[in-house]
Amino acid sequence: MADAHAPSLMRRSAHHSPHTHSRGRRILSRLALLAGAFAFLFPFYYMLIGSLQREPDSSPAGAFPQPGNLSLHNYAEINSAISLGRSLINSGIFTGGVIVCTTVFGLLAGYALARLHFRGKGSTFALVLLVQVIPFQLLMIPLYVLIVRDYGLADSYIGIILPFAINTSAVFIFRQFFLQLPQAMFEAARIDGAGELQILFRIAIPLCKPALASVVLLSFTGPWNEFLWPFLVTKEQDMQPLAVSLANYISTVSSAAANPFGAILAGACVLAAPAVALYLVFQSRFTSTDLDSATKG
Amino acid sequence: MSSTHHDVLRPGSARGGARPRADREPRPRRLRFAGRQPIGLAFVSPYLIYLAAIFLYPLGFAVWISFHDYFFAAPGAQVDRPFVGLANYTAVLTDPAVWRSFANIAVFLVINVPLTVAASLVLATALNSKLRARTFFRTAYYVPYITASVAVVGVWLFLFNSNGLVNKALGPLAPDPSWLVNSHLAMPTIALFVAWKQLGFFIVLYLSALQNVPGELYESAALDGAGKVRMFWSITVPAVRTATLLVLVMATVTGANLFTEPYLLTSGGGPDGATTSPVLLMYQRGLQQGHPDEAAAIGVILVVLITGISLLYRRLLERD
Repeated sequence: MADAHAPSLMRRSAHHSPHTHSRGRRILSRLALLAGAFAFLFPFYYMLIGSLQREPDSSPAGAFPQPGNLSLHNYAEINSAISLGRSLINSGIFTGGVIVCTTVFGLLAGYALARLHFRGKGSTFALVLLVQVIPFQLLMIPLYVLIVRDYGLADSYIGIILPFAINTSAVFIFRQFFLQLPQAMFEAARIDGAGELQILFRIAIPLCKPALASVVLLSFTGPWNEFLWPFLVTKEQDMQPLAVSLANYISTVSSAAANPFGAILAGACVLAAPAVALYLVFQSRFTSTDLDSATKG
Repeated sequence: MSSTHHDVLRPGSARGGARPRADREPRPRRLRFAGRQPIGLAFVSPYLIYLAAIFLYPLGFAVWISFHDYFFAAPGAQVDRPFVGLANYTAVLTDPAVWRSFANIAVFLVINVPLTVAASLVLATALNSKLRARTFFRTAYYVPYITASVAVVGVWLFLFNSNGLVNKALGPLAPDPSWLVNSHLAMPTIALFVAWKQLGFFIVLYLSALQNVPGELYESAALDGAGKVRMFWSITVPAVRTATLLVLVMATVTGANLFTEPYLLTSGGGPDGATTSPVLLMYQRGLQQGHPDEAAAIGVILVVLITGISLLYRRLLERD
């Protein structure tokens, strides 16, 4: 694209060097991008550095680590305050449960919407679209009444998982993927006498690994990072996911602790690491087309 | 299953994608009623049942609660919950704290939404050009989006408190009272935080829209002597209008859902209620103080407002 306007620049500024002109602009835009990237990444750097500093230093010099000042004792401190292991297990069960449910529900519905003709397909699709616009603010109170009060599912994994177990974006990603597969493949299987279940298990599911990767990434970050709902459902510390127990530490314990920031930053690193790591691993497969299908339907 | 076997064995059952849905061939009534592959219904029914139980029923229930005198009772207890008409709505709409929370969210939206749209479009345009280390930049902008709010809130607290790095770097320019305890600056700081946190998602959204803009448009504009800025305004901006609508609506919905940031960054909506968001108020009113009916009314009002704003965006963008 940058090359596309080279001719115009040359024509308009023929008297002085057109090259320096466009190069100057390009350098400016690169500098702006770099400054932006710095602003976006610096808090993460600071999170890591701060979590490792024995004596926290909030002056600009503190952003540069002194080898003698580094230790893991903030991690030990947050671990003794909120029992990291237990919180991580809770986060893992919550997230794992959501991933399994999202994938099973999403795969079946996405496949049916893309590949099968049945009565009610149109209205099903309309309903799926409708759900995408239902705001959580409106569901917060009734879901709390139903799940916590009426069904008595407070402080249980099922109670935490329930509202997240289906995900419309997952349905769209699977549907989009199955729509792209050649029709002839399915025809051939049907002519060979395969039933729909066989086609699903023998052909569709083995092929859908790329879509699966996107769905796993998508449905990992949601529950792993979720705060409000697990916060409403869990009162016992033993049942709280890491985001909730760390938030409780920030809002209650921290004011009493001598120097809470090191411990908070250590907890933040533990909470942030899995999602960031998963993104970096899957990043090459997670393309903007996934987002397209997730947002446009 | 048996029906599909039946299907396959029938001559002429090979179907092309373009063929109309209605089969003219005689077939059992049951099959015609359920469609060509009735097993599809079985595939979508878990999803649909779930949808009805966890989304549609609670949606109706929320509206029902807001029109009744609803309070928490012991599980299984039979209590009377009389219909009270608009009483919950009047109670909520005559409450200055509720108005304050909507005013707070208005401040948030006025800062956050234009900033989000402008910054994500500009950054996406820059990232869409030929660029070395493009993956690095895309990752850099995306990382805050995939990180838990609770985690990054921890760092922002550290950076923006009165002894934090930002104030130390600003020296005498540092605001007093400091960012998050200043009733004029607390909400703008939260709006900035959320813009920073969510920007990566909107950049990716714009990037995918930009990939669909035909390059010939830029080439012919270049031949006509248009500069980079001119091309941005007269080609890029109109071409990504649909994405802009989506960004506007999603940024607004994110703002309307605001809870974690005021709860943690400004310890529960302070200073002086300057950052109390409607959802935070719903939590306090409904679950802490035991008035779920009033909280549900706040929720309904909030959703009506957000829907109205979204329709307004659409009007504005589709005017020409």
